[in-house]
Amino acid sequence: MNEISLAFGEAGRLIVELDATLAGIVALSIRVSLTAVVIASMLGLPLGAAIAVGRFPGRQALIVVLNALMGLPPVVVGLFVYLMLSRAGPLGQFGILFTPAAMVVAQTILILPIVAALSRQVIEDAWQEYREQLRSLGAGPLTSAVTLLWDTRFSLVTIVLAGFGRAAAEVGAVIIVGGNIDGVTRVMTTAIALETSKGDLPLALGLGVILLSLVLALNAAAYWVKEAAQRR
Amino acid sequence: MALKRMNTIQVILLMLAMYTAPASWAQNFITVASTTSTEQSGLFKHLLPAYEKKTGVQVRVVALGTGQALDMARRGDADVVFVHARSAEEKFIAEGYGVKRLPVMYNDFVLIGPKSDPAKIAGGKDILDALRKVKAAEAPFVSRGDRSGTHMAELDLWKLAGVDIAADKGPWYRDTGQGMGPALNTASSMNGYILADRGTWISFKNRGDLTILVEGDKRLFNQYGVILVNPEKHGHVKKELGQAFIDWVVSPDGQKAIADYKIGGEQLFFPNANDKGA
Amino acid sequence: MLPLVLDQVFFAINGRIIIDGVSAEIVTGPRTIILGPNGAGKSVLMRLCHGLLAPTSGAISWRGAANGRGRQAMVFQRPVMLRRSALANVVYGLKLAGVSTRERELRARDVLEAVGLANIADRPARVLSGGEQQRLALARAWALGPEVLFLDEPTANLDPSAARDVETLIGQIRAGGTKIVMTTHNLGQAKRLGDEILFLSQGRLVERAPADQFFKKPASAEADAFIRGELPWH
Repeated sequence: MNEISLAFGEAGRLIVELDATLAGIVALSIRVSLTAVVIASMLGLPLGAAIAVGRFPGRQALIVVLNALMGLPPVVVGLFVYLMLSRAGPLGQFGILFTPAAMVVAQTILILPIVAALSRQVIEDAWQEYREQLRSLGAGPLTSAVTLLWDTRFSLVTIVLAGFGRAAAEVGAVIIVGGNIDGVTRVMTTAIALETSKGDLPLALGLGVILLSLVLALNAAAYWVKEAAQRR
Repeated sequence: MALKRMNTIQVILLMLAMYTAPASWAQNFITVASTTSTEQSGLFKHLLPAYEKKTGVQVRVVALGTGQALDMARRGDADVVFVHARSAEEKFIAEGYGVKRLPVMYNDFVLIGPKSDPAKIAGGKDILDALRKVKAAEAPFVSRGDRSGTHMAELDLWKLAGVDIAADKGPWYRDTGQGMGPALNTASSMNGYILADRGTWISFKNRGDLTILVEGDKRLFNQYGVILVNPEKHGHVKKELGQAFIDWVVSPDGQKAIADYKIGGEQLFFPNANDKGA
Repeated sequence: MLPLVLDQVFFAINGRIIIDGVSAEIVTGPRTIILGPNGAGKSVLMRLCHGLLAPTSGAISWRGAANGRGRQAMVFQRPVMLRRSALANVVYGLKLAGVSTRERELRARDVLEAVGLANIADRPARVLSGGEQQRLALARAWALGPEVLFLDEPTANLDPSAARDVETLIGQIRAGGTKIVMTTHNLGQAKRLGDEILFLSQGRLVERAPADQFFKKPASAEADAFIRGELPWH
């Protein structure tokens, strides 16, 4: 127990002193996950809206598949992306394996179903409420989808926050496609895994505290957004 | 509405700009496939910054088990291989995936166990005898089980000791499928015996009741080799940069840097690039 | 675009007949009230007329053409406001109608003034009271300058004073030349606001008459019972 409290003390010191290694790892984690969530949102939100508002054969099946994909295990995504990006694989010529770009790709694939499926649900619920009025005013399907995206913006923000949280907290995908290379593709989660296995707790705990704080901050932000929504 | 869309675009462009900014994109670099035990020993953190400063070439190490590292190189995802499993390395070259194997350094394995030593092997100089005693006592023994160099060395030793470990293992033999660090953690928490490389052991901090019980047997020596991935098999391999790194590692400068790496005053790796038979 | 002609219109869902062969012609001029007990099919009939639903069989046509839709607007029992300011809600409808950017804001402010909501133009529409929202819905519809305004039980959820405000506004809209077609189950409101009554019961158009005549001397037994407050609710 004493070892652990010593380690916590060390961790606190690393954080307060803004240790360079620690800072670099945190910055990279945020860069990778933020980029992934931005791309996933640009693709997933319109996709969710289109499915919510559209009527086409196979729609129900697509919704079921999308919901199921929310539970994609990160390691499986990592494996798949690794096989795609490996030099021996179909997309190897781009040479982005073991770089942050590959990590962004993997995390985007991981979060995209979450953003699409959850936004589909939220927008479809809103569609039920708005449908008659929008049609009465003369809005076609495309206009309606855009209007709904704006009107559900608060819920969509909390969905995006959830996606970011999922990406920042996962380790399975980024460790496979990134290779956990010191100074290049080492993020909070992979660093924690490495340092823990080395028995080197202070850095792992320091990163753990920061990661937890990030998750807490995201949840607080989501709560604040919900509050703001009531007033609009 | 239009305002919000523009902000999103701006954010994306900002992100992309942030992405092209870091040095990792434009810089010269090579990818080296190595093992987790080597990385966890801290050798690369000591060795590479000096090389990078001298040449401006970043050396990116992806640490896996030996088997995985060689497979990664077979797929063309690495420029250089830096592992410690001679027979696997020679097979790699025979298959045409590597150009040439050069010896670099060695460290040794040690047999770690609890101070209480139920198998009574402490201080012994014969590793095969020690392993037979562990089996006879049915004392808990942790194996890496992950096709790593350490794992393959362990299996070779059981064989040499005359034990068919695949057939004769009992519940005392724990096949964990983990890297060196996690396996040591496991051994520490169950007070078991384990074969480890000295490097990882020296920098391992969670020792509990464990200590070195058997060391020094020549059969425990762990030889490292470095190989350039064959550019004829994979055209994109950075052969000049990779060869430059290999040349440096076996040069007097590189060898001295290896010898200089110490933890707690102890040297971990012993350079032997001159030993052509290694 | 008027007259609106309904020819043997049927509407059924899952085998249940909701509109049972209604034929009628709705013409310019009189304020038309579709009256009837709950479950008579009034709301469905209104939606069929406005084009939100398609008949299962039969034809609905404007000035002889199936899609001579023209400018219509509808106000629902529960107003649906977008998550933006009151002004923006009105502007939204105008934008869809193709009105220029500058013209939109001017017209929107004018109509908000006319319904007495000028002072809350910038407030989020969804935090307004029920009465304010319904007035806003009317403003949004009015701003479009529709030839026909459909209203589906517009005051059913409002308190008496808010209901009165809405009725006054309907009168003003009518005065501007818009044809009013409204449903209600409230006898008093029908008497106050109607020029002609279409009495609907169980999906059938049971009776149609000018308001005076309908209330003084209903021709059908159902209408008679309804007026006397005796019609069973089902």
